[in-house]
Amino acid sequence: MKRLHLERLANPQLLALVAVLLINWLLFPNFFRIAWQDGRLFGSMIDVINRGAPVAILAIGMTGVIATKGVDLSVGAIMAVCGAVAATMVVAGYPTPIAVIAALAVGLACGLWNGFLVAVLDIQPIIATLVLMVAGRGIAQLITEGSIVTFNDPALVYLGTGSFFGFPMAAVIALVLMIVVTLLVRRTAIGLFIQAIGVNRAAASLAGIHSRMLLMLVYALSGFCAAIAGIVVAADIRGADANNSGLWLELDAILAVVIGGTSLLGGKFSIPLAVVGALIIQAMNTGILVSGFRPEFNLIVKAGMIILILMLQSPLLGNAIGFFKRDPKQANSR
Amino acid sequence: MADGEYVLEARGVMKIFGNHVALDTVDFGLRKGEVHALLGENGAGKSTLIKVLTGAYQPDGGGIYMDGAQISLDNPLHAQSFGIGTVYQEVNLLPNRSVAENLFLGHQPLRFGFVNFRKMEADARVLLANYDLQIDPASELGTHSVAVQQIVAIARAVQLSGKVLILDEPTASLDRNEVERLFEVIRGLKAKGLAIIFITHFLDQVFAISDRVTVLRNGKLIDTRPLDDLSRTDVVRLMLGKDIAFSGATDIESNAAQNEVLVEFKGYGRKRGVLPFDLTIHKGEVVGVAGLLGSGRTEVARIMFGADPADQGTVTVNGQLTAIRKTTDAIRHGFGFCPEDRKAEGILGDLSVRENIVIALQGKLGWFKALNRDEQFEIAGRFSEAMDIRAASLDMPVKLLSGGNQQKVILSRWLATDPAFLILDEPTRGIDVGAHAEIVRTINRLRDEGMAMLVISSELDEVVAYSSRIVVMRDREMVAELRGKNINPGIIVQAIANNTDEAVA
Repeated sequence: MKRLHLERLANPQLLALVAVLLINWLLFPNFFRIAWQDGRLFGSMIDVINRGAPVAILAIGMTGVIATKGVDLSVGAIMAVCGAVAATMVVAGYPTPIAVIAALAVGLACGLWNGFLVAVLDIQPIIATLVLMVAGRGIAQLITEGSIVTFNDPALVYLGTGSFFGFPMAAVIALVLMIVVTLLVRRTAIGLFIQAIGVNRAAASLAGIHSRMLLMLVYALSGFCAAIAGIVVAADIRGADANNSGLWLELDAILAVVIGGTSLLGGKFSIPLAVVGALIIQAMNTGILVSGFRPEFNLIVKAGMIILILMLQSPLLGNAIGFFKRDPKQANSR
Repeated sequence: MADGEYVLEARGVMKIFGNHVALDTVDFGLRKGEVHALLGENGAGKSTLIKVLTGAYQPDGGGIYMDGAQISLDNPLHAQSFGIGTVYQEVNLLPNRSVAENLFLGHQPLRFGFVNFRKMEADARVLLANYDLQIDPASELGTHSVAVQQIVAIARAVQLSGKVLILDEPTASLDRNEVERLFEVIRGLKAKGLAIIFITHFLDQVFAISDRVTVLRNGKLIDTRPLDDLSRTDVVRLMLGKDIAFSGATDIESNAAQNEVLVEFKGYGRKRGVLPFDLTIHKGEVVGVAGLLGSGRTEVARIMFGADPADQGTVTVNGQLTAIRKTTDAIRHGFGFCPEDRKAEGILGDLSVRENIVIALQGKLGWFKALNRDEQFEIAGRFSEAMDIRAASLDMPVKLLSGGNQQKVILSRWLATDPAFLILDEPTRGIDVGAHAEIVRTINRLRDEGMAMLVISSELDEVVAYSSRIVVMRDREMVAELRGKNINPGIIVQAIANNTDEAVA
């Protein structure tokens, strides 16, 4: 029993995270130092979980989409739209909760729109979500009227920069969201249905699964998560920047999900591991930053990572590895 | 058999996939100027033989001979250089390019290294005239009917190869007039001395145009005969099985008719699917469905289950008039459906045996009444034991199981929902003998327990063994309903062939 538990911990994602953190530690010996100051924790590690939170939040929603063999390219743009909604509403004098709920509702509506295109109109997900990816930034610019809307609403700012028992608020939100969504899909049958659709939508439909409703759900969830990320990022910089908020983050989110072991071909997925994937990406970013390399290296290293992961997922390599550790029982069962 | 009698010949060709023998020492000879029909049910080895003859597959034994000399074909392009051209059911040309470009793609007439469009279109016009096609060569191919596209594909293949033409179900998506048009083209090519292999599921067309016929079954050559000596019944008999004439009628008492009516379809049909049919199914009764491939067998199953909803007629379940517009409607009424194409529509390959078994039950329970892990293991374990599913563990991906075990998993999936009416489309296709027997046993057991079933199968001996009643499909129409003593392979074969000039056996 104990052995099984250890084996479960030794999955490649956690090993990769540990490896990246150790490399950071070698490059920057103070990496693991954490200080307590003004009622909150400070340190590079805290920075990793704080800065990694927006991508982690996006990755939570993206996991469900990718597990159904889809992809959501619009999350970055939805972040900008929802950040803009929250910022303009508090500036216009609406109470913070109303502004936040409105922003979340807009994110949900964006997700439902994507879901409608994919599930009802049967448009390929990459194209369907491209629509909002392009249009979303335009909508955000219309809402902010082309400028960066800044605000000082303390309650909203708290969502981005506050701390909860010393931990950064953004990371706490990501953690809570991860637990809630994981419980939602694992304690209900939704997770199983999502996997079934991702593996074989035709067979899943014949087995009596409402595949349309489920696709609507996963895209809606993705939009909702993007709204949360958009609010957190806007609150962090105390302003809504329609042009740059969430720019290219959809790609980081997809990468985080793939690092987390969910195949772009759909099927088995893990939300916690996608969050670990987001942390790996952020640990690399932070590591390169604190070690004194120029940030340009960031992109090169990221590209290298993607190649490495795609190689590990390629069937060619899988077969080569499988050749050496083939289970004789399984080999004969065909 | 003198060398040179055949333009193209396969001698003792073997093709093995894993431990499945797809072609077992098959001999096949094609003469100059003949149309040679190649027949067989799905999985008989037709397409494998074609792929060997076109170089798409390499034979594992035997050889390919052209004009008596052995040749080896590396790939379809290589086969083309030997004069072997193929036209597939799905026109694989470029619909958004012009007719002329499609005819000459890959060997366009050039001038100064650029395509000479004027010459190409002039050449195309000459070529098309041979086929009585008066269309503008500069027009987009996609704007023409499928029949015209099919003829363009043939023109291209003949012009490139010119010796042997393989037509793989070219008529599947054509209407009657278009088929006749295509046949004119084929007769013209035959008169010019081309050797033509013709694959189709339509018997009428075989008799309309073919000189000889070769029948394959389970990867083996059954016979090659001139068509003049054969009746339609003979051909169906060759395709479906050898011992049909000797097996007797079923011994199942059709007392099922006295049982309660479970489902009643009236005028039930779907445009381009099935012509309207009436069918009443009682509890504790197995209704067998016989018919050749493409006769509308699968369509009947899909329409009943709501996978392709009906657009006419009514359905009554347990005396209540109802509507089945989607699969979940059917499942709510206690229907279950094991589809014909296990891999594409049945199994969830990457998911575990356990998840594959519980999925339909969970689908019925909905999102929020989730079966927990222990319950899933209990259900999956119960059915894998009852059905004798041979899996190393219930957690292994179902795609690693053999075909027979996968079929048992899908059957278990529906049995777990405690269905009242089970629709099985070719439940025993492509599975090993042991699993085959297990599934037939299960069908018999379920019938005796009072379940209603509709079973589609090409294995006539098998349908006869478990059916209380048999309906026969032909050309998308339910043409006969056989009961009692008429449940007999010979009579079924005649009903399928619609043989009127021969006495009922």
